[in-house]
Formats: sequence, structure tokens, C-alpha cells
Amino acid sequence: MKILGTGSALPEKVVCNDDLTLFLDTSDEWISTRTGIRERRVLSEETLLDLANRAAENALENAKVAAEDLDMILVTTAKGEAVTPATACMVQGAIGAHCPAFDLNAACAGFLYALDTADAFIASKKAKTILIVSAEALSRFCDWKDRSTCVLFGDGAGAVVVGEGDGLIGTKLFAQSNEPILYAYGDPGNSPYEREKHPLTPLHMAGQEVYKFAVSHSSRDLLELIERAGKTPDEIDHYLLHQANLRIVEAVRHRLHQPEAKFPHNIERTGNTSSASVPILLDELNRAGKLKTGDLIAMSAFGAGLSTGAALLRWTL
Amino acid sequence: MDTFNKVAELLAEHKGIDISEIKPESTFEELKVDSLDVAELVMAFEDEFEISIEIDQEVKTVKDMVARIEEAKA
Repeated sequence: MKILGTGSALPEKVVCNDDLTLFLDTSDEWISTRTGIRERRVLSEETLLDLANRAAENALENAKVAAEDLDMILVTTAKGEAVTPATACMVQGAIGAHCPAFDLNAACAGFLYALDTADAFIASKKAKTILIVSAEALSRFCDWKDRSTCVLFGDGAGAVVVGEGDGLIGTKLFAQSNEPILYAYGDPGNSPYEREKHPLTPLHMAGQEVYKFAVSHSSRDLLELIERAGKTPDEIDHYLLHQANLRIVEAVRHRLHQPEAKFPHNIERTGNTSSASVPILLDELNRAGKLKTGDLIAMSAFGAGLSTGAALLRWTL
Repeated sequence: MDTFNKVAELLAEHKGIDISEIKPESTFEELKVDSLDVAELVMAFEDEFEISIEIDQEVKTVKDMVARIEEAKA
């Protein structure tokens, strides 16, 4: 499997750290030193589906693939546009595709889970060309009164079109059930029968525990994939990490003894966009001409579950 | 005391500060060690002492951290 094209879309509305001080007891200094985030984009005039559609169309255009030629659409999201139908089906209609479409939720690691899933469909000859869209609106389920979490997140969508070919070298998926340190609960509904309803609860995160998990597991996943491919960390050209916190990116970089330039980041502008962060970053690098044919790219994402996903691929565009 | 010395050494290395600035009574706030520094240090201590440490907001000074490590080692 190889990547044929990339796309992304961010909301128009920019919220800088100072904007948050209008209703939260926080500061630009507090947020930026602990996270690297200076501003984030949040939904205002557009919907999550709008972002997903735009990212999808950009990726199709970049890949020079027509929507009707897609064999499958995978959308990764922690909370799609609706409970049902799947956001992937809404995207299918909007872009004019006719293929099967479904959503996949692996929280922040979703894009890597989708990449591996797409690879399995392509390897088994069940599909030739697949669109993956990672679309997230964390602004809809974080608590805007909780200064320890809402400052961290942003909304956005990233997409790739993948097809047959030699690009993907290896993947690693991992999960280790641990709900208490990172969770959110949706609307419990009004069934008169269910006795143990979990009340609507916005995103909760035990930051230090998540940090430890992220740094240790991201480093481990990357090193394992690189070693499995018979490479060394120095031979990798770009490390695309889930943009959860610049401090995590830096901690992993130090563990792999790599220079700053190999760990690109955009979290200062986007905040944490969950599963969308890796494909948004990939698209920005692709469009900026920073990826050369033959470059080795390692990707790693981690989040609620807890779960992680990583991939090593050769850039073929 | 050995634990304190090792903690001070790793802390000084992580923050790039002089080890003489670190006293048992020093608070993390005084040393400009924020919550993510604490998480990072805990990982280093866990590796160093081959233990597992629970972090919470009660650990405010170097001495508190040393106590947690001693507890975990016991």
C-alpha cells in the first residue's frame, strides 16, 4: 500500500491563548510553556462534516483520483457528525462516491488504525483505492470551564488516499485498557429501562499519567518498527507524531536522539486535533514540498483507550 | 540519603540546573518543575529504581518525592 495524495481542512475561527483568558483563569505563558500551543481552530460557522468533506476533496485532487473510483471510505473520529449514520456515509454522499463507507474510533490513534485497516483491505485484494478521513471536533465534548483540558484541543480534518504499491513498510497497533485516565461520556438517552446510566461527562484527562504513557509507548513503538525494518532512528527522515503536546514530541525526540528538524510540528497553530493531527501535519508537509520521493516517514499516535498506533512508510509521491 | 542524591542528580540534569540548588525542602514550584517535568522525572526514577510510582498533587517537594520512591522500594 502507498499514499497517493493528502488533504486537510481547518475551521476558520482562530482562538489564541489570550482569547481563553477572557473566560478562564489561565495565561498564554502557562499554556504555551506546558503544551507549545499558541492558538487553535474551532468550529463556528462550519460543521465537522464540512471539514471532513473539504479534507476528502483536497486529498482526492492531490491524488488525482475521482470519487467514483474509490473502493472504500474510512472516517476516524471520536464523535462523528451524528450518532448515526456514520460520518463516512455522509462524506460518501457529499463527494459523490458509491463505495462502502464506515467510521472507526480508536481515539487519537484512529488514523494509524485506519491506515493499517486500509492496508489489510488492499493486501487481501478486497479494495484497490481507499479514502481515509480523520475528522475531529474536540470542541464539542471538552469542558470549556475546565482550564486543564479545553485549552489543549482544536478541531480539524486530515485525509489521505491510499492505493496499491510499495510505500508502507510496517505498522504497529496497541491497546491497553485504562478508562479512568482519559474518557468522555455522551448523552445517556432516556430509556426508562436502563438502570446504570452513565451521565453526560465532558472529556477528563489525568495529564501526567497520559504523558507518561504517551512518551514511553510512542518511543517504544517507533523503535520497534524501525528495528523491525532493519533501520536505525538516524535513517528516518521525518517523525510525524500525534500533536498532543509539544513536550511529548520533544521527550520522544530526545529518547530517539534526533535533531529538531526531523520532528515537524504544527500544534502551536492547531492544538490537539486527536486522530486528525497526523494527517493534517502530513498534508502540510506534502504541500510545502518538504517530503521527497524515497523519504522514510515514521508516524506515531497515542491516546484514549489507552491505545497507540505507529507506521513506517516510504514516501512515493 | 542515596535516594535523595540520585533524585537531585536526575532533577538537575533534566532541568539543567546546578545540583547545589536542590535541597530536600525545595518545592517543585521553586525549582520551576511543572507537572509534566514531574511526569518526566517519575519516568526517570521508575527506570533508575526499577519501581512504579503513583503521581498525585500531594507530591510538592523533593522530600515528598524521595518518600514516594522509598515507599515504592520497600
